[in-house]
Amino acid sequence: MRKRFVETTSQLIEQDRRTALVLADISAGLFARVAARHPERVLNLGIREQLMVGVAGGLALTGLRPIIHSYATFAVDRVYEQLKLDLHHQGVGAVVVSVGASYDGSYYGRTHFSPGDVALLDTLPGWTVHVPGHPDEVEALLRAAAARDDQTYLRLSGRHNDVARTGEGLQVVRRGGAGAPVVVAVGPALRSVLAAVAGWNVTVAYTHTPRPLDYTGLRALVGDPAQVILVEPYLAGTSARVVAEALADRPHRLLALGVGRADLRRYGTPADHDRWHGLDPVGIRVAMTRWWASHA
Amino acid sequence: MTSHATAPAAPATAARSGIAELTSLLRRLTGDEKHEPSAHSTLHVIWVLYDRILRVDPARPDAEDRDRFLVSKGHGPHAYYAVLAAKGFFPVEWLDDLAGPMSRLGHHPDRTLVPGVEISSGSLGHGLGLGVGMALGLRAQGRREPRIYVLLGDGELDEGSNHEAIAYAGAVGLDSLTALVVDNGSATHRQDLPGLFTVHGWLATTVDGRDQDQIEAAVRARRSGRPYAVVAEVR
Repeated sequence: MRKRFVETTSQLIEQDRRTALVLADISAGLFARVAARHPERVLNLGIREQLMVGVAGGLALTGLRPIIHSYATFAVDRVYEQLKLDLHHQGVGAVVVSVGASYDGSYYGRTHFSPGDVALLDTLPGWTVHVPGHPDEVEALLRAAAARDDQTYLRLSGRHNDVARTGEGLQVVRRGGAGAPVVVAVGPALRSVLAAVAGWNVTVAYTHTPRPLDYTGLRALVGDPAQVILVEPYLAGTSARVVAEALADRPHRLLALGVGRADLRRYGTPADHDRWHGLDPVGIRVAMTRWWASHA
Repeated sequence: MTSHATAPAAPATAARSGIAELTSLLRRLTGDEKHEPSAHSTLHVIWVLYDRILRVDPARPDAEDRDRFLVSKGHGPHAYYAVLAAKGFFPVEWLDDLAGPMSRLGHHPDRTLVPGVEISSGSLGHGLGLGVGMALGLRAQGRREPRIYVLLGDGELDEGSNHEAIAYAGAVGLDSLTALVVDNGSATHRQDLPGLFTVHGWLATTVDGRDQDQIEAAVRARRSGRPYAVVAEVR
């Protein structure tokens, strides 16, 4: 995904004089060629993340469309107030593109983890959040975001699904019987979800865009009463609020799976962390089984 | 995106106001005791800028080639509001309702509510980064004429975000940027304010912050190739 991001952003810099890229050293080497050609719009500020967002706000105030990029913990967690005040409160937007979210950088440990990035952005109004599940989904999402003026978060992952799904809204991957529970898988969580529910009568819906969540699509899929299992590759429960809002007028039950809040103080691989947080196929299957048993 | 607030028709007399009339305008603004010292310490610097330096037009507050004046130190914007009203950016009657339920003028300015206000500010340490971004954005678009002026306070310079901006602007020689530091002695731990900038390659000078001719001469004394800081002492 990072490679597609670099390729697409480099093309945007060449093609659209409105596009600017603001970096804080991360990935700067990958943009060296386009930076040499367009030094006025490819800006590496050094390791200065607060300035990265402030500069983006200033660029946007002059009419440019800034793309900000770093590790999620530096592009969102560290600069939350800059996102709130230098973008939102100024009435301008930017495209924030992260890598290394949740525990993608597992070898680095907690200092480089960011499971709470989407939850943090959820405290601000109006963010579009894209969590692509395949590299082939990245270009269209980034190009569309670059053409808008809003606040967009593009959360890139080192892991991906088998197939790209480039449609909009909730895309049905597997349809269960009438009234079957609906599993909503966000981004790269789909791969584990499909393995977890093999042989079960459930509908599986996928989205690369959890904000805004496709309320209409969700309401059309669920039965009465609605049963929704939400599987997100970031902090568990992040999208519980929006599912509740989408189904506010319907009886519904929700199981929200995602990354736990505990600091495990462990390294290992991302797959190890999936297992520890119950986001591997076995963990998802066990959680769903217990949930069903709890209200059988 | 939210656009800059547009200027309402201004009374013709307001645009002719001199600094002597600012005193009466300031009296119309009441109620912010906490920030009152900072409100008045900026008066002469802001007045000199709007009266002698800035290329801004209240009839066209969004003109693309205008200079940009950013009040990073959003605390105590009384002087700022008074000068904007005196120069015709909005009716002086607005001054009578500071921070009222329906007022456009709060204790920290909002660019979407007040014509002529370039950035919404109040939380310290945001204006200089935004100013650096504006300077870079204008340069990227080939607009070499507009200058960016950022008003900071000596206390505000404790914020680490400013140091990121100062170091970067100096390193790249961002010479369309001028920082105006009003030193009213509010920083808990005193520091060498000009040195804070010059160590990163800026030019810097210090003036009496209540001497308008000194302020004007200093602001005009910038040179190409380096960002510029003017420390205006009002202690």
